[in-house]
Amino acid sequence: MAVVETRRLTKVFKRGNVGAVVNVDLETREGEFLVLLGPSGSGKTTLLRMIAGLEDPTSGEILIGGKVVNDLSPRERRIAMVFQSYALYPHLTVFNNIVFPLKAQGVDRAQRQKQAEWAASLLGIGHLFSRKPRELSGGERQRVAVARAIVREPSVFLLDEPLSNLDAKLRASAREELEQFQKRIGTTAIYVTHDQVEAMAMGDRVVVMSQGAVRQIGTPADVYDDPADTFVATFLGSPPMNLVPLADVIVGFRPEHFLPAGVAERGGAHLSYRFQISHSEYLGAELILYGTIQGGALHQKKVISRIPSTHSAGLTDGSAHTFAVAESDVKFFDKQTEKRTAPRSLS
Amino acid sequence: MRQQRWLGPAMFIPAILYIVILVGVPFVMAFVYSVGDVKVGSEGYHFVGLHNFASVLKSPTFLLAVRNSFIFTISSQILVLIGATMLSMALQEAFPGRRFFRFLILLPWVAPVSIGSIGWKWILDSLYSVINWVLVRVHLVKQFEAPVWLGEPKLAMISVILVHTWHMLPFATVILLAGLTAIPKDIVEAAAVDGAGFFRTRFQIILPMMLPIINVAVLFGAIFTFTDMTVIYILTRGGPYDSTQVLPSLAFFTGILGSDLAEGAAISIFLVPLLVIAAWLVLRSAHRAEVT
Amino acid sequence: MAPRRARTWVALIVTWIVRIVFAVILGFPFYWMLITTFKRTSDLYNLDNNPFIFNERPTLEHLRLLFTETLFLRWVGNTVFAGAVVVLITLLLAVPAAYALARLTGGWGAQLGIGIFLTYLVPSTLLFIPLSRVISLLGLQDSLWSVIVVYPSFTIPFSTWLLMGFFKSIPRDLEDAAMVDGLSRWGAFVKLMIPMSTSGILTVVIFAFTLVTQEFVYALTFISTAAHSTVGVGVPTFLVRGDVFYWGSLMAACLITSLPIGVLYNTFLDRFIEGFTVGAVK
Repeated sequence: MAVVETRRLTKVFKRGNVGAVVNVDLETREGEFLVLLGPSGSGKTTLLRMIAGLEDPTSGEILIGGKVVNDLSPRERRIAMVFQSYALYPHLTVFNNIVFPLKAQGVDRAQRQKQAEWAASLLGIGHLFSRKPRELSGGERQRVAVARAIVREPSVFLLDEPLSNLDAKLRASAREELEQFQKRIGTTAIYVTHDQVEAMAMGDRVVVMSQGAVRQIGTPADVYDDPADTFVATFLGSPPMNLVPLADVIVGFRPEHFLPAGVAERGGAHLSYRFQISHSEYLGAELILYGTIQGGALHQKKVISRIPSTHSAGLTDGSAHTFAVAESDVKFFDKQTEKRTAPRSLS
Repeated sequence: MRQQRWLGPAMFIPAILYIVILVGVPFVMAFVYSVGDVKVGSEGYHFVGLHNFASVLKSPTFLLAVRNSFIFTISSQILVLIGATMLSMALQEAFPGRRFFRFLILLPWVAPVSIGSIGWKWILDSLYSVINWVLVRVHLVKQFEAPVWLGEPKLAMISVILVHTWHMLPFATVILLAGLTAIPKDIVEAAAVDGAGFFRTRFQIILPMMLPIINVAVLFGAIFTFTDMTVIYILTRGGPYDSTQVLPSLAFFTGILGSDLAEGAAISIFLVPLLVIAAWLVLRSAHRAEVT
Repeated sequence: MAPRRARTWVALIVTWIVRIVFAVILGFPFYWMLITTFKRTSDLYNLDNNPFIFNERPTLEHLRLLFTETLFLRWVGNTVFAGAVVVLITLLLAVPAAYALARLTGGWGAQLGIGIFLTYLVPSTLLFIPLSRVISLLGLQDSLWSVIVVYPSFTIPFSTWLLMGFFKSIPRDLEDAAMVDGLSRWGAFVKLMIPMSTSGILTVVIFAFTLVTQEFVYALTFISTAAHSTVGVGVPTFLVRGDVFYWGSLMAACLITSLPIGVLYNTFLDRFIEGFTVGAVK
């Protein structure tokens, strides 16, 4: 039985359709870290808020622990949520913030103390108990918010971009910490983000959303290596997958799979092309090459290559070289539906 | 940049002068009068020390007025606070007709208070009071035993308190509304997810977060109430038997109508301690706003 | 546990009850003014009649009386005149002062600003006795000019405070750019800041004006001749002849005075509230 399940869940807004959700079917697995990934306005936050009970669905069902919860208020759903702003209660101390959900449940004083200490020790914030939220750093606030969410051992843990308010450096370490933490407590988590790096790094599975619909659900490797459609293919990866429209089909391959012939050979069939470099960007560890293909089925198409800097010798602007991509790395998309289709011959 | 050195003062000094002449000087004069023997029509001034204060303090009317002032201010502010808190929470969310409701609810504050009070004087009329008409119809009182709202000491006090509450409630409500709107939606939602119900959310989250703004509303409300005499002047003129006499109205009757400027000034000087406390609280809240 | 929908209904009903009960209590006197205005005197003073409805045909008699046989229009005119002059004085003094305190004086400008705001708290009931002396020294006793001179003493502090907040919210860069482009500081103030603050200045105009219409204590103290009175004092004191209250005309006057001021004030309310709550809401 899935912890959280949605069946044809739909939300229509009166004004405009930014953030709307269309017919979403979703099923979490026990203890997994599920990431909802999509650009802003794709409906991922709306979906999370419907699961939390903060937003009423227009149609469809939400199930928690196998029970339809559409008519239950947030407090009756046994969920916990970490908000983007953390939403710490500014007038309460850290300790009182953490025990607030327990008080609401009517847990007795001694038990409250015990559970708060347990949650705080998991996150290393015991020394902050008597502080007020405004006296905390961004990272500390995030931990308090997480502690408040886990303290009553919820059945599911909802997180709405909890790292977006941290600066870049802190975000990387907080990301790792949060992921480890979730593995340790083993509670199912649903995590909303627009940051693909976060999604790839943390998710057991990633749900890619766009315009209210789920485009693909799969492990990070699935969605990256086998994108279900052109949206997923270009939304993940930086620079995005090369998409080359041909007469009847769209051909896609990742820039890092399009390499100088000598570097690419690893066995298996390859497609070789003459690649005319127009300009390049040196990014330290790697080099991004922009150029066009000369000759063959992809003649005159603009593509990007991304190679390790260690293989950059001789790849100057204006020069032409033989590049290759493994046939297994080339994906095909239907021109009308933009969905994946069967591979075909390109020669 | 040399121009700037005199431009600043040149721009604000006229305003400051105006205020100093028409607030600062009379403020000092009030103290000077209170220790002198000025009367309307008399030219000279003799220092009489604390004589006026002594005679004021001996007057039973004065002591009654002090007591009434506190009863009037404290009870009306308690009522305002309770009413405004409920009303602001009921008005916070958008609902059809909200603008109209807001306009209607604001009228008692924005209409000139003397005018609103006259309306109430008619509603509380000794013979034709509509309230009494209803009370008689529902058989709560008999026709000839109907309450004389403004004619019996206790009822008169209750009436002026209620009318003043009616006048001040909108002001406190809109201030609290401003405070409510400033509470992030996230916090309220977090409370819902954390399992807090209707009352826990209101009493343990929203109300404590509104405290600073409630302080502001009560502070201004208390100052405006303690120093005002309009409602009382219109409804009862301090009567019957001084039962609704407050400090400002007593100062008016003594100093202006009674022509005893010195004693009137001495009475109004008793407003000053409260103002000093209020000013200190305003400064403190302004200072705290800068710190956080 | 009850389904959520049911409990939302209960919350909704409770909320609407609160709204309606308060609206009725707060709005009732104005309904009462309205119905009294158009009732025949014989209807008003018949205790057997249901007072909430018209038992006899409505009449315009009270309005006729008010407009033709009382000084009501004179008081309205006085109030509008006094309001206009007070607004003018307030703008001339408060706008430059607010700008100077917001921009030209550094840290102590803010302190001075709070100081000016505090004078708004000094009540008329403390100052009216000495001021009545000042007024008679100026030879203004029993003249409309007495209140015109005195009212700016409370409209200036509040307006300065409001405008300070307004000027502070305009980015400094704009003035810097204007001055780099060749305007003097004064030029930047006149040609840039004032046009940019029209809505703030308009707010001040409305508030100064409504404060004048609402003031009671000074007008009552300084003016004793009916013809020189303002509406706020004239209606409750001079419309009453001896002990006789002409309730119909009285209520008509109340209604006609209240509604326009109410509408005017309501439009600019949010700014007014900002003035009081600055800092406390954040």
